[in-house]
Amino acid sequence: MNIIVCIKQVPDTTEVKINPETGTLIREGVPSIINPFDTYAIEEGLRLKEKFGGKVTVISMGPPQAMEALKEAVAMGADEAILLSDKAFAGSDTWATAYTLSQAIKKLGEFDLILCGKQAIDGDTGQVGPGIARQLGISQLTYVFKIRHLDPESRTIVVERLLEEGREVVETKLPALLTVVKDINQPRYPTFLGIRRATRMQIPVWGAADLPGADSSKFGLKGSPTQVVRVFNPPKREGKVEIIQADSVDEAASILADKLLAEKVI
Amino acid sequence: MPLLEINKEECTGCGACVSVCPFGALSLVDNIATVDDKCTACGACLDVCPVNALSLPERPEAAAEDLKAYQGVWVWVEQFQGEACSISWEMVGKGRELANQRGTILTACVLGHNVGHIAKQAIAYGADRVFWVDDPTLAVYRTQPYANVLVELVRQYKPEIFILGASSRGRDLAGSVATELYTGLTADCTGLDIDPETNLLRQTRPAFGGNIMATIICPNYRPQMATVRHRVFEMPVPDENRQGQIIPIKPNLSEDQIATKVVDFIRQQGEVNLADAKIIVSGGRGVGGPEGFEPLRELAEVLGGAVGASRAAVDAGWIPYAHQVGQTGRTVRPDLYIACGISGAVQHLAGMGTAKIIVAINKDPEAPIFSVANYGIVGDLFQIVPALTEQFKKKLRR
Repeated sequence: MNIIVCIKQVPDTTEVKINPETGTLIREGVPSIINPFDTYAIEEGLRLKEKFGGKVTVISMGPPQAMEALKEAVAMGADEAILLSDKAFAGSDTWATAYTLSQAIKKLGEFDLILCGKQAIDGDTGQVGPGIARQLGISQLTYVFKIRHLDPESRTIVVERLLEEGREVVETKLPALLTVVKDINQPRYPTFLGIRRATRMQIPVWGAADLPGADSSKFGLKGSPTQVVRVFNPPKREGKVEIIQADSVDEAASILADKLLAEKVI
Repeated sequence: MPLLEINKEECTGCGACVSVCPFGALSLVDNIATVDDKCTACGACLDVCPVNALSLPERPEAAAEDLKAYQGVWVWVEQFQGEACSISWEMVGKGRELANQRGTILTACVLGHNVGHIAKQAIAYGADRVFWVDDPTLAVYRTQPYANVLVELVRQYKPEIFILGASSRGRDLAGSVATELYTGLTADCTGLDIDPETNLLRQTRPAFGGNIMATIICPNYRPQMATVRHRVFEMPVPDENRQGQIIPIKPNLSEDQIATKVVDFIRQQGEVNLADAKIIVSGGRGVGGPEGFEPLRELAEVLGGAVGASRAAVDAGWIPYAHQVGQTGRTVRPDLYIACGISGAVQHLAGMGTAKIIVAINKDPEAPIFSVANYGIVGDLFQIVPALTEQFKKKLRR
């Protein structure tokens, strides 16, 4: 099994605070992490490799410091890693990101499976996975929370996808791209040996010049159809909490029930 | 590697750009603005610079006549097991509004098998025209045939705007379609409006776990595509007397060319769709164990709502992941969200902070959940929740 895992380095948004004076995000000192959903994709790749043999290649597009995320994936057990980093890639929206990643995947050659997280926690779009699948002309199975069956011989895979109404069981042919949700596994921690290997590994950095088959007009800001025109703080929730106090629990519950009925939300 | 160019000769070191940068990418070094890799080229700083010292690279512009060829507003009508999903009617309602503003018609794309009734409903909900694509290969949603049909239709009829519900299927489909068409797609919008000057679709969405909002445009590519979250826009009232045109389309699809087969669908017994739920009763660490969800289920049942959970409760194995609300779970927007024994971590608030009314029930009066709640009761949820269930039973006569 030749498995490619696409990962993104993101700010740990749980640590992001708003500066109350300027109303902007304070990103100083906010740690960068591997997008949590991508850690499940890495783990799933490693498990498949352990079962079927082969190798796991992690690939990321981002600034030079995204190397840390790739090293962490290697420390978890990934065999190879590629960083796509170039000023030409800067300002990419999801279209250009999917294009660039798919060009790099084409350069890597034959593969059986591409794994991605269902979305990144900073952008939350979930569009890059489907974008890569379409660029490569392969099947996409999104929101996967269980791989039921994979047969390298007949090149089929059966998964369960988590949808709003329940779980859909779907079968498709390899090569395919899967985006995974959190429930699929419990990601392992990097091992001591893994960390040593990651520290020593020279991870190649590919720029636009390393993707000669690509149309460079589709990279970065100039290849991106969407533009951000305004960034602002979400409207704050108005008013203060009304704490309901009463002599007994029943009375408090009765007051609350009346208030909710008056709000016409029931 | 940042794209922002700073003209160091012009910069006066006033710091205006530093304070507006939403990403903290700008700082003053020796009294000159300096940008680092956190820059996303969003352009928020360009307008505040009093000396125009900041610039971003020019983007290629499309010819106006090419863009003009694209007209009309389109909506994808999602169906599941032969019934339309309510999010699609929310899209039709909003699409109607956008079409009126642009002085154009609203087209609904109905894909499925034996879904003629949905095509008729789409007219009643506000569409002027329906592309009714009925074929056995489209009975159950699959990315490839659905995307191929929509790509073909867009290429032939050239809509200006195309919106889809940001359901699992909608996001799966839109990503594929926009990639093939090479056009812009904005995910999970919570606001759509037309810029009165440029006539462009302004697409507003939360990012960074709801910490910031971004407005996005797609000036040079068509159609302008967006997916929209559940329950953001009002459900329109159907009018059975509305007239419209239903155009049957015969797709060029054959089953043996579709790699993906849907084998089965597993519905959890008694489980309600969180995304569509008007009322959610949610439990966190405070429920203490799997059986702790029982009183919450009873309350949800009396209210006709769904049961949600915080990450803590899911990670502890007390309730399946499908119930998780928050950053690594689902984003919900109910009319009423009752948080029981949930402290209110930032990640949880990101998933439910836009609920209309939030009720917090928690032992700890200092719990952050109270800072976003409309109503709160400090106390033991195992006393309060059953008491609330009893009160609602009485008052609602259920």
